[in-house]
Amino acid sequence: MNKNDYKNIFVFAEQRGGKIQPVALELIGKASDLAAELGEKVVAMLLGHNVSSLAQELIEYGADEVIVADAPELEHYITEEYAQVVSQIADKYLPSIILFGATTIGRDLAPRLSARLTTGLTADCTKLEISEGKELMMTRPAFGGNLMATIMCTEHRPQMSTVRPGVMQKKDRQPSREGVITNFEVKIDMSRVKVKLIEEVKAEKDNRIDISEANILVSGGRGVGTKENFAKLTELADVLNAQVSASRAVVDAGVIPHDRQVGQTGKTVRPNLYFALGISGAIQHLAGMEESDYIIAINKDKFAPIYSVSDLGIVGDVNKIIPLLTERLKKEFSK
Amino acid sequence: MNIVVCIKQVPDTNEIKINPVTGTLIRDGVPSIMNPDDKGGLEMALRLKDELGAHVTVITMGPPQADLVLREAFAMGADRAILLSGREFAGADTLATSNALAGALRTLQFDLLICGRQAIDGDTAQVGPQMAEHLDLPQISYVCDIKVKDEKTVRVVKENEDGHQILEAQMPCLLTCLASAVHPRYMNVAGIVQAYNKEVEVWGVDRIDVDLAKLGLKGSPTKVLKAFAKGLKSPGEVFETDPEEAVGIIISRLKEKFII
Repeated sequence: MNKNDYKNIFVFAEQRGGKIQPVALELIGKASDLAAELGEKVVAMLLGHNVSSLAQELIEYGADEVIVADAPELEHYITEEYAQVVSQIADKYLPSIILFGATTIGRDLAPRLSARLTTGLTADCTKLEISEGKELMMTRPAFGGNLMATIMCTEHRPQMSTVRPGVMQKKDRQPSREGVITNFEVKIDMSRVKVKLIEEVKAEKDNRIDISEANILVSGGRGVGTKENFAKLTELADVLNAQVSASRAVVDAGVIPHDRQVGQTGKTVRPNLYFALGISGAIQHLAGMEESDYIIAINKDKFAPIYSVSDLGIVGDVNKIIPLLTERLKKEFSK
Repeated sequence: MNIVVCIKQVPDTNEIKINPVTGTLIRDGVPSIMNPDDKGGLEMALRLKDELGAHVTVITMGPPQADLVLREAFAMGADRAILLSGREFAGADTLATSNALAGALRTLQFDLLICGRQAIDGDTAQVGPQMAEHLDLPQISYVCDIKVKDEKTVRVVKENEDGHQILEAQMPCLLTCLASAVHPRYMNVAGIVQAYNKEVEVWGVDRIDVDLAKLGLKGSPTKVLKAFAKGLKSPGEVFETDPEEAVGIIISRLKEKFII
C-alpha cells in the first residue's frame, strides 16, 4: 500500500426513507474543515433507491462531489448489499478517510467494511483533527466516558471512523453551491446476501421529538424507579413542553424505551435545561449530558457525582419534589 | 442446534468514580462483571436451549482471571466454555481481537454465533461485525429477539432509531444482542456447584486457525496516541432542604435564566 495513492475525505451520507440524516450533514461540515487542511476534497457517498434528488442538498452543505449509488436493492439498508457497494467505491476511488455516523446503520456497516478493507476503525468519535504529519487524529470517550483516547491509523488506508450524532456542526446551507454528481454503477452479488427484510415497524411517534433535539429534558434515573413515578415526570415535562429521557439503569429495567436513553450507550444531548432526577451520575451518563446549558439535579444522596456537573443541586426526595414542582409551574403559567 | 456466545469480562464502569482533585479514574475495588450486552446474548441463547435443546458454548478472550465469567456462564446453563489466552493476543485493537476470535471460531461448528452489541469498557460495537466478515457470515446487529424459523433460517427483531425491523437470516449467522431486551436468569445453586466441576478449556494460538501476523499489537491497525482524563466542570450550588423550599429555589432559578 502506498499512502500517497489515497486521497480525499469520503462521507457515508446516510439516508433513511429518502431523508438525509442530520449526522450526514454534520460529517460533511467537519469533513470540509479537515479537507481544507489537507488540500483535498469532500466526497459524499449516497446509497439508496430514488435518492438522486438528494445529491444537490449534500453539495449545498459542503460536499464537493457526490457519488450516487441508486438501485432498487439499496432501498432498505442490508449490511452485505451496502458493504459491497461502499467497498467497491473505496477500491475504485481510494479515499484517505471515510467517515460514518455512529447510528445503528453506521455502527453496523463501518466495522464490516473495516474488516473487508483490512484497515482500522475508531468508534463513536467526538473530535477529529489533522496531525502535523497529515494523519487523522480521532478522539473518543473510553471507560464509560470519562477517559478520552486519541487514536491514529497511520499504516493502513482508508482511515475510518464513526462519529457521534450531534457532536459536529453542520455548515450553513449555500443554495447555489456547485459540485460534481457522479453516478456509480451498482453491481451486487446477491448470492452473498443472506439477510432479508420482512417488515419495517415504525415506533409510535405521537408528540415525542428526538431527545437530542429537545430544548428541555426531564430525565429520570434509578431514584425515580417505577413506571408510576415516571408518569409524574411526564406531567412535569408536559407543563414545560419538554421531553422525558432516562439513564441506562431505567432503560435496562424496561421502564422506558432505548431511544430515550441519555449517555455513553444512549444519546448525547445538550438542551438549554436538563433535569437529572434520581440520577446519581455514573460517568457514562455525565458523558451524554454535561454539555447542557443549565443542569438541575435532584437526588437523595448528597455525595452523588451528578452534583459535580449540575448548576443547581437539590438534596431530597425526587418523588415528593416533582409533583409539587409541577403544581407550582402550572400556577406560574396560568398567571 | 449449536450456538456459540462470545462474552467479555469488563470492569463495571458504573462503579468507576472520578477523583475530584486529580480528575483521574479510581479503579481500585471496581468489580469485574460479565459485559451486560453479552449476558443478554447468553440469555437469548439459553432460551433457545430451553426451547429447542441447543448446545451452548461460551468463548472469551482475556487473561486467566476471565475464567470467572465463563464459570458464571456455566452456572447460568452454558454447556462448554473456552478461554482464549496468551501473550500473542495482548494489545489487540478491535480488528486484531476479531481475527483472534475468528481463528478460534473456525475450529468450531455452529449454527448461530451470538455476541453482545458492545462492551461497556470500550463501547465500540465493532468486534462482532468484523468477526462476521472474517468468517463470511451474514450479520444482524442490535437484536432484541431471536426465533428459529426452520433448520436454515432465524427470524430476528432488530432495534433501530425509527422503531424496529423484522429480518430473516440464513444460518450460520452472527447476531449482536441488546442487554435491555431480556432479563438474564440468575445462577442457581446447583449451577454454581456444577460451574466449578466443569472444565474451562484454555486455548492458546497453537489451537486456533489464524495468521499470527494478524494478532495482538502488531496486528492492530489503530494505535492509541494518548489517553487523558476529561476536564472537570466547576460544581454549582447545592441545597439540602424540604420539598416546599426546594421547589421555590428551582422556580426562582428558572426565572433568573428566563426559562419560565
